[in-house]
Amino acid sequence: MLTPEEQREIEVEAAHYPVRRAACIDALRVVQKHRGWVSDEAVRDIAEFLETSAEDIDSVATFYNLIHRKPVGRHVIMVCDSVSCWVMGYDKMREHLKTRLGVEMGQTTGDGRFTLLPVVCLGACDRAPTMIVDGQLHANLDPPKIDEILERYK
Amino acid sequence: METPLTAKIRPDGEVIDLAAYERAGGYQAARKAMQMAPAEIVDQVKKSGLRGRGGAGFPTGQKWSFVPSGPDAPRPKYLVANGDEMEPGTFKDRVLLEGDPHELIEGMIIAARAIDAERGYVFLRGEYTDAGERIERALHEAASKGYLGKDIFGSGADFDLRLHMSGGRYMCGEETGLLNALEGKRANPRAKPPFPQVSGLFGKPTIVQNIETLCNIPHIVEKGPEWFQKLSLTGDAGTKLYGASGKVKKPGCWELPMGTTMRELLEKHAGGMQDGLKFRGALPGGASTDFLTADHLDVPMDFTEVAKVGSRLGTGTMIVLDDKTCPVGMVYNLEHFFAQESCGWCTPCWSGLHWAEEILASIEAGRGSMEDLAKLEHICKMVGPGNTFCALAPGAAEPLQSGLKYFREDFERHIREKRCPWRDGR
Repeated sequence: MLTPEEQREIEVEAAHYPVRRAACIDALRVVQKHRGWVSDEAVRDIAEFLETSAEDIDSVATFYNLIHRKPVGRHVIMVCDSVSCWVMGYDKMREHLKTRLGVEMGQTTGDGRFTLLPVVCLGACDRAPTMIVDGQLHANLDPPKIDEILERYK
Repeated sequence: METPLTAKIRPDGEVIDLAAYERAGGYQAARKAMQMAPAEIVDQVKKSGLRGRGGAGFPTGQKWSFVPSGPDAPRPKYLVANGDEMEPGTFKDRVLLEGDPHELIEGMIIAARAIDAERGYVFLRGEYTDAGERIERALHEAASKGYLGKDIFGSGADFDLRLHMSGGRYMCGEETGLLNALEGKRANPRAKPPFPQVSGLFGKPTIVQNIETLCNIPHIVEKGPEWFQKLSLTGDAGTKLYGASGKVKKPGCWELPMGTTMRELLEKHAGGMQDGLKFRGALPGGASTDFLTADHLDVPMDFTEVAKVGSRLGTGTMIVLDDKTCPVGMVYNLEHFFAQESCGWCTPCWSGLHWAEEILASIEAGRGSMEDLAKLEHICKMVGPGNTFCALAPGAAEPLQSGLKYFREDFERHIREKRCPWRDGR
C-alpha cells in the first residue's frame, strides 16, 4: 500500500500532466525517496494508483539508471565511469572504493551501510573524478577524500 | 567581450534570485516580447542566426516556424526545455541551470509567446539535484509575480511551466525519447515524421529546445539580431559556452565568442596540458563527436567550421586525450557507455554497439586480431546515419571511426603486442 504521504506527493505531480500515467517516473521517485528502492508490490501499487498496468510501470522502472528495483544499503554511492572521469582516474577510485568497502560493484556492504554502483557521466567533468552519494555530488576525488566523505554517511 | 548568457551569474556559486535578476535588467525582454506579435519574435530569432546548442545546430527560428498557428491550431501547444545534459564530457547547461534559472524561465516565456504555447516543462536529468531545487524555487518566485500561470504580465496569455525530474537515461536527451519520457513511457525514440513541432507531447504541437539555446532568447529580443550576430567571430552567430575536461591544467566552462579556436580554449582558458603531458587529440563537443588532433587546433569552433574537418561542434565541451592515456581504452570506455545507454529499440544500435564494445574489450585485453579492426569499421557503417531510429548509434560511431583513423597505430600495437602498452607501463 502507498502511504498517505506518498499518495499526496504523487498526486501533486500527477496534477502537472494531462494524463495520469505520465506521473509514473515521479511516482517511482517518490516511493524510492521514502523506501530506498521500488519493490514488486510498490510497482503494482503505483500502477493501481495511476490507473495503468504493473507491466507499464515496471517497463519504466527498469529503464532508468536512478530507480532501484532491488534493495539497497542506507546510502547509495554512484561512481561516474564515463569518459572524462575515466581519463582522470576512475579505475583507481573504483578499486579504492571496492577495497575500502569490501564489495564488488553492484553489491551492498554486510552491515547494510553502502551500496556501490557505477553511473554514467554526472555532468561535472571539469571536477573529475566524481561520484554521488544519496544524490549529493562529490568531485575532485582522490582516495583520502573518498575516505573522508564516507565517514559522513553513517 | 560580452558574455550575455553568464553575465548575471554570481561568482560565489550561489543562485541569483528573482529580485537580483530583475535589478540586473531581468524580465525586461519578456515584457517587451508581450508587446510583440508572435510572428515578429520568430522573425527576430530567425534573423539572429541562432542555432540549437544541444548539439545538432538546427536553426531555432526555423524550427519554431513549423509549429501550426492560428485559431485552428491544435491545443494545448507545448514548449519543453531539454535539461537532460547527459552527453559525456558535457557540463555547460549545468552552469546556467544552477547559476541563473530565471534566464531560462524568461527565455521560455518568450519562446512560448512566439509559438503561442500555454504549457511548458523543464525536463531535467535526475542527477542535477541542486539545479532542480533552484529551478523549483525560481518557478515559484516567477509565478508569485504573475510571470507564469494565468494572464502572464497582464497579456491575457497563460503559460503554465513545471519542472520534471528524470530518472537518468541518456536516451531522454533525444528529442522524441524525451517526449516519451515526459508521457511516462520508456524513452524510446519515435519515428519522424510526424515531427514534434506538429505532433509531439501528448500528440500536440511541441518545441523541444536545449537550455543554452533558450537562455539566448531574452538577449536576442532585448538587443536585436544584429547585435547577436556581432558577438561571434565567424558565420555562426552568438556566444558559446565552451568547456574542457581531461588532463589540462584548468578544466572549466567559459562563455566565449562563437568561433573561438580549439587552441585558444586549450592554451589560454584551460591553461594548457598538465606538466609532462602532450596533447594527442580531443572530442570537440562531447562523447558523440569525431576525434580531432593537433592538426585541427586552429579550427574555429563553430558548427560550420568543425563540420568541414569531419567532426561536429556538438555541445562545445571538449574532452582532451593526452599522450599517456590509452586511446583504445578511451574508445572502449565511450562504446561501453553508448552500448549501455542504447534503449534497445532498433537492432543496429543494440546489437552493433554491444558487438563493438566486446571487440574493443578484447583488443584492450590483448586478445584482438587485425580482422577486428575491419569488423569495427564495418559496424561504424552499419550503425551510421540512415540505419537507425535516432542519432544515438551514429553518434557512437563518431569517436570509434575517427579513433580508428587517427590512432590506428595504437590499435595495431595492442594487437601485435597482445597487451595494452599503457596499462602495463603505468
